[in-house]
Amino acid sequence: MTDSEGGPDLTKGTGPEDAITQAAATGTGPLVVVEHVHKHFGELHVLKDINLTVDRGEVVVVIGPSGGGKSTLCRSINRLEPVDGGRILVDGKELPKEGKELARLRADVGMVFQSFNLFAHKTILENVTLGPMKVRKQGKQESEKHAMELLERVGIANQAGKYPAQLSGGQQQRAAIARSLAMRPKVMLFDEPTSALDPEMVNEVLDVMTGLAREGMTMIVVTHEMGFARRAAQKVVFMADGQIVEENTPDEFFTNARTDRAKDFLSKILTH
Amino acid sequence: MFDFGPFFDNFHEILEGFWATIRLAAASAVLSLIIGTLLASFRVSPVPVLRSFGTGYVNIVRNTPLTLLLLLCAQGLNDTLHLTFSESSSTTYYWWAVLGLSGYTGAFVCETLRSGINTVPLGQAEAARSIGLTFSQSLRMIILPQAFRSVIAPMGSILIAMIKNTTVAAAASYAEVALISKTLLDKPSFASGAIPLFIGVAIGFMILTLPTGFFFGWLAKRMAVAR
Ligand SMILES: Nc1ncnc2c1ncn2[C@@H]1O[C@H](COP(=O)(O)OP(=O)(O)O)[C@@H](O)[C@H]1O
Ligand SMILES: [Mg+2]
Repeated sequence: MTDSEGGPDLTKGTGPEDAITQAAATGTGPLVVVEHVHKHFGELHVLKDINLTVDRGEVVVVIGPSGGGKSTLCRSINRLEPVDGGRILVDGKELPKEGKELARLRADVGMVFQSFNLFAHKTILENVTLGPMKVRKQGKQESEKHAMELLERVGIANQAGKYPAQLSGGQQQRAAIARSLAMRPKVMLFDEPTSALDPEMVNEVLDVMTGLAREGMTMIVVTHEMGFARRAAQKVVFMADGQIVEENTPDEFFTNARTDRAKDFLSKILTH
Repeated sequence: MFDFGPFFDNFHEILEGFWATIRLAAASAVLSLIIGTLLASFRVSPVPVLRSFGTGYVNIVRNTPLTLLLLLCAQGLNDTLHLTFSESSSTTYYWWAVLGLSGYTGAFVCETLRSGINTVPLGQAEAARSIGLTFSQSLRMIILPQAFRSVIAPMGSILIAMIKNTTVAAAASYAEVALISKTLLDKPSFASGAIPLFIGVAIGFMILTLPTGFFFGWLAKRMAVAR
């Protein structure tokens, strides 16, 4: 569905630049563990006993019908939503319930949103340096140097002084990725990062993500981009009605899904 | 009837009255912005006690006549309970007037700012949290700066209303221009100068308020956040 043409080429191994974003994957054991997680919105049971393990350096694609709970799962993993049951471990630690400690640990989990959510009153460079300076208490010079390296990587270094509204959607999303990477997160969550984009801008964002995956970033990506899933992911998780219905390799899943629910879903997105 | 003689005879006193008005307005502008920002922060904070306090404060103060609030400050708290700011009673009355007027205006500032907060997309607050900013950091660095910029023009209106409301501070025994005018009008010798006095004071207020309005209109355009 999507093959890279144009846009920044980040799929090649890029030597020292790996260090810019390399996850601090120094520990052992899986990086993200979701255990028996439940989540309700009032009466609505949105996550029903979710279990998921993501290894260090693994890329997991989450796919499924709208309303199935994919966003809620992402948001639970960095505690934008509290869960009602079960627990979520990142690098062996459960995120604390509230307060400063939560804020600090949450930065270990990068999040990229469908609607970019750049800070509209700050330049692209300021968007990227804010977290490192205010959360990691890094100096301004060091933060700006790192930010420029990241913007270079995602191909928008020449836009550093502009405001978000002056950039195209694809450029904004790449800036948002750089903003998350600036925190040197251990894992990156992407919630439908390309669904708000015009078609011609989808690839430039997917290429950046593919580059990250090749470098060993641990990623959980909600997307319906099959090309990306096949190219970059080790695992596909199919979610529907608040449950994980199927876990499979990308090739198996797209050609030979095990469950009827998944087959049915795939037939719908493939006919389009 | 249009005898400008008495007006100019007492010009010095009237100017002093205006100076008192300006001092009251300037201090109240600063303090009401601070109070309003704090209240708005309370009202959107995740702490229920603060939220209730903010809501309660705004609903009580906004719905009480300003004259009553100022009387409460000057006569209730000051004269009866003897809460004073300084040895000099005129200084004390000044600060009570500032406090009463700012406390009142702050409630309006809070509500205006809150409507500005609603213009900031929720996603930006979530993005701020996701990069590890605490609630107060994201309020200070992301939400309030954009909220302020979106309500600069209505903030100007509040400020203009506040400048005119300084005339009520007479109720707090503070000798600003309205009280001085009233004292002048009570003098039999001033009788023929009443209308010139009204005209003069009205023009004086416009000199204060018109530029305020223009300045805020200009600032609103300049500071608008592109989305
Ligand atoms: N903040 C919320 N309050 C109430 N219901 C919500 C909220 N967020 C999501 N939901 C509901 O939870 C279900 C799952 O939503 P979501 O996780 O966004 O699904 P997906 O991302 O797979 O489309 C939907 O029925 C949605 O309406
Ligand atoms: Mg979603």
